[in-house]
Amino acid sequence: MEATSGRRVVIEPVTRVEGHGKVTILLDAEGHVERARFHVVEFRGFERFIQGRPYWEVPVAVQRLCGICPVSHHLAAAKAMDRIVGGEKLTPTAEKMRRLMHYGQTFQSHALHFFHLASPDLLFGFGSDVNARHVLGVAAKHPDLARQGILMRRYGQEIIRVTAGKKVHGTGAIPGGVNKNLKVAERDPLLAELQQMREWAQATVKLAREYTLAHVDSLGGFGSFPSNHVSLVREDGALDLYDGGLRAIDAQGRTIFDHVDPQRYLEFIAEEVKPWSYMKFPFIRSLGPEHGWYRVGPLARINACTFIDTPLAEAERKMFVEVAGGRPSTLTMAYHWARMIELLHAIEKIDALLHDPDLQGTDLVVRGERRGEAVAIVEAPRGTLFHHYKVDENDQVTMANLIVSTTSNNEPMNRAVTSVAKQFLDGQEITEGLLNHVEVAIRAYDPCLSCATHALGQMPLDVELRDAAGRLVARRVKDSRG
Amino acid sequence: MSEPCIIFDGREIPFVPGQTILQAAEDAGAWIPRLCHKPGLEPYGSCRVCVVRANGRTVSSCTFPASLGMVVECDTPDLLAMRKLIVEMLFVEGNHFCMSCEKSGHCELQALGYRLGITAPQLEYQFPRRQVDASHPDVLIDHNRCILCTRCVRTSRDLDGKDVFAVVGRGPHRRIAASAGTRLRDSGADVSDRAVDACPVGALLRKRVGFSVPVGLRPYDAVPIGSQEVAR
Repeated sequence: MEATSGRRVVIEPVTRVEGHGKVTILLDAEGHVERARFHVVEFRGFERFIQGRPYWEVPVAVQRLCGICPVSHHLAAAKAMDRIVGGEKLTPTAEKMRRLMHYGQTFQSHALHFFHLASPDLLFGFGSDVNARHVLGVAAKHPDLARQGILMRRYGQEIIRVTAGKKVHGTGAIPGGVNKNLKVAERDPLLAELQQMREWAQATVKLAREYTLAHVDSLGGFGSFPSNHVSLVREDGALDLYDGGLRAIDAQGRTIFDHVDPQRYLEFIAEEVKPWSYMKFPFIRSLGPEHGWYRVGPLARINACTFIDTPLAEAERKMFVEVAGGRPSTLTMAYHWARMIELLHAIEKIDALLHDPDLQGTDLVVRGERRGEAVAIVEAPRGTLFHHYKVDENDQVTMANLIVSTTSNNEPMNRAVTSVAKQFLDGQEITEGLLNHVEVAIRAYDPCLSCATHALGQMPLDVELRDAAGRLVARRVKDSRG
Repeated sequence: MSEPCIIFDGREIPFVPGQTILQAAEDAGAWIPRLCHKPGLEPYGSCRVCVVRANGRTVSSCTFPASLGMVVECDTPDLLAMRKLIVEMLFVEGNHFCMSCEKSGHCELQALGYRLGITAPQLEYQFPRRQVDASHPDVLIDHNRCILCTRCVRTSRDLDGKDVFAVVGRGPHRRIAASAGTRLRDSGADVSDRAVDACPVGALLRKRVGFSVPVGLRPYDAVPIGSQEVAR
């Protein structure tokens, strides 16, 4: 290597995330980080290949974008198709069945992320031995915690099964409603485990809170930065994962827009394309691409909502706000705590729904005036999810646009990667442990790269080190075999 | 006088003169896989899934008449392999994406795939470019999924008395068409036609009712295809 040239570090694939991505870090001749980028290298094209398909097929087809939270796509598409058939005012049974499905999914997805993907970093340290820094390492050292994670995930998936027909890729939501109610025989086994799940959810929030509080000083500098935040909120400002209007706040907590009707999202959100990633870069139109980028997901939701309508989660939210000093939290690693507050909220909502007799109702579908275009938004576990469709008079889809949560978090993840790379890699000998710090920052967002590029993918991070002339100097690759 | 019998897989089973091998077997509780055959329609013998060996000769059991003392082999390794191959060919020849098809759980091709133990076709997918005709207000044809069994053609002609459908083209270009015009909306097809229910796959569909039966309650969720026929 010439003394004057820089280096490029590549992490490929990024591990313990859903999908296939890589990170490139450009170092100058002195070994200082010039630039870091998080690339998503999958390509899927769902928006194109559902064109021409009948609209009622879409909620079942598009959920194949993802195996972790397909329910989000299933419900977002179903909500859009509700409007297409004029059935957006669902019957109580239909709306509650869908909400139960959604909270079940949030519960299982958040449990999966915390226990299976994030906990090895949090329990063992970001730079700890790579041979034990995985879910099997957690199972060996903390068997009760690992078991709890698995059983919590199973519980959420059981809820999906009884509402959608299958644990993964079911068919429960149909245009204008649902195709089943909840039988008492399906409900009772869930009720029997409810208390245990709530206790575990409370213990998990406590773990995430205590981790954040114990590391609050160091986490303040770990990939953290002020940002705008976007989330759905209910009419009264409460956290609502299934429905509501769009709210955007700035880094000081000031409202940028509020209660925006999902049908008008294009007036408020735009997308930018960059040549080095298959993932687009959304931004708030009024602020432009440079200043209009925003975060979504648990951190944004807890920051943006006025309150949470379930008591245990609301008490946690208040502590969260207090730690952040009454302003939106800027800590990338506070995503974990926020996510676990939502886990607790989800089980509280599940509790209320399982006790609601409307779920045994038999009025399942409504229809009204047919429309040709519809937008729907849900809060997926990873953040705000937009589905936009046009359907012609023959019932065939002519246009689809999906903005998934990971896409909205694209710029924040890139900033987190750059910040962490500058803090930990600058002028250092690059080691696996240091590179994992970059992955930890990405993982906090719980990105789903398969969803973000709408792609068939293997699971794998790729970090490249390139010199100032762009020559590859070093590369660390992890594939799906680890 | 005792009933006339055939020897079916080593078992003596009776038949009524005029019955096909498939009908005689079914009456005796032995189900032979099939796709183009549908009770009430003239046997057609196009799919060849019901292939058996009768007195050493390979025939389609839905068209071949049973005869006194005929020795029929059905459940043999080579015939099972042949049947499986035929079904695999049907899968790869069209665009059958069961994961998002509303006929999933109701589909005879899918159910047959499961019954024959086809986990993934060994043959190369053809991915043909085919059209969807959704021009009719209440019915659509998705040519991607058509297996050319002609059940819709025969049902429309023989049971509906309408001749809405016809087979056009040759070889790989062979397809079902609305016989009176180029589009289904011009064909005289009606949502109440029995032909609409004749399709064994997700090719001919009623609009706007897809996925209304939940997973678990679909016909082939609980029992394999053929169970109901032999339980009669």
